[in-house]
Amino acid sequence: MPGTDYLLPYDFSPLTVLSFLLVLGLYGMALLRLPKNEQPGPGRVVTFVLGVLLCYGVMQTRFDYYSQYMFFVHRGQHLILHHLGPFLIALSNPLPIFRFWYRILRLADKSWLRPVGWLYRLLQQPVIAAVLFVGLIYFWLWPAIHFDAMLSRDLYWLMNWSMLLDGLLFWWLMFDPRSPVNTTALGYGKRMLMLALVALPQMILGASIVFSRGMVYDVYEVCGRAWPMAPETDQLLGGLLTWIPPAMMSILGILILLRRAMHEDGQEKGNAVKQQALAGGNAS
Amino acid sequence: MTRWLTALFTAIIALAGCSNSEQSWHGKDISGLMPELSFALTGTNGETVTPADSAGDVRLLYFGFTSCPDVCPDTLAKLRQAINRLPESDRDDITVLFVSVDPNRDTPERLASYVNFFGDHITGLTGAEPKLRELSKRYRTTFGYDEPDARGNYNVSHSSAVYAFDRRGRARLLLRSDLSADQLSEDLTQLAKEDAPS
Repeated sequence: MPGTDYLLPYDFSPLTVLSFLLVLGLYGMALLRLPKNEQPGPGRVVTFVLGVLLCYGVMQTRFDYYSQYMFFVHRGQHLILHHLGPFLIALSNPLPIFRFWYRILRLADKSWLRPVGWLYRLLQQPVIAAVLFVGLIYFWLWPAIHFDAMLSRDLYWLMNWSMLLDGLLFWWLMFDPRSPVNTTALGYGKRMLMLALVALPQMILGASIVFSRGMVYDVYEVCGRAWPMAPETDQLLGGLLTWIPPAMMSILGILILLRRAMHEDGQEKGNAVKQQALAGGNAS
Repeated sequence: MTRWLTALFTAIIALAGCSNSEQSWHGKDISGLMPELSFALTGTNGETVTPADSAGDVRLLYFGFTSCPDVCPDTLAKLRQAINRLPESDRDDITVLFVSVDPNRDTPERLASYVNFFGDHITGLTGAEPKLRELSKRYRTTFGYDEPDARGNYNVSHSSAVYAFDRRGRARLLLRSDLSADQLSEDLTQLAKEDAPS
């Protein structure tokens, strides 16, 4: 197969390609029109584009073929769709871009968008968001559901898109750049707690796949593998990918939030000292 | 959008384990999960074969290759046993479609002598690799080749299950390789009863 064929989709989905083009297009347009002081720096732009391209890559290149016929590649695909891709996108802080389109499209005036806002706020309740995040992983890895999802094209697309959208919601809640001090954004303590809590069930699931003696996901046996590989090896690698990298990403997320919280603490203390000094100065 | 909602709904029903169909199968029920039977491949006489050639039959689609060491002969032998256990009137209404995914080695002649060994109700099919890829993709399966050894022999990975289509060509069951000939026979009897010409 020529090299360029690896970049072409295995199962072409016009809706998916259009969505990604739209996201990149809207981002690029906002970037060019934003005033200099609001523009995200090159590092943030690269992070955003990298996150988007990773998600596109696992959905609309040859990678998707291997994901459909190898369990461990499928776990890698979900690792990117549900974790790494949205992690990078949220970390790049696209808030100025959202604000730009919010102003341009006058979204605040559109009353029909209000239910979307309600739904968004509902899904971003900490308990619901955490349960949804872990629940989706368990749902699609439920052996009977997993079997059907790999057999039905519609279910397969539903699975991948639901993972991507939920990943975006969750990591955006974690890395929301607005400070919880003066906005309604979730407090850093709660965010870190959520990251730790969602890691545990993922580790249990991953470990139980790794240590299971029988074949849990025999759909890859039934449907043929992309290349002849021992089923046990495939399942072992898939289990490891469910277990270790997501746990590491939770820790990484906690460290990033910790750094941000400490940074803001320092600033507040600095402000407090300044204010005290000012107050003292006035008194004397 | 509605397709996705249907898919979601199917998923929820499947999770609840309350499929409201009254029939029970030994194979895995795949109604609604896959598209209907469609292909155009080369038969053992070099002619083009399509589902129209076996229209009205219960069709059993199986991907394999004739140099297959164990899974293919096992499965085909079991299918032959299962078909022979059916009432005589039903036997002629079953067609096994054995699709070789190894067209380099499986010439029509070789395929013919192979399938003849497994009874009268079996059709050997193959085609150029892109055509085979297209068909396997349609049924969410694939195949792959190992590196050839010193003698030029190589292993081929392929689906281990048999896809059962009803008389109307709708995908209905996935028959896994661990089913016994009796279980296969029961499922085939049930499937052959549906829309049977009276």
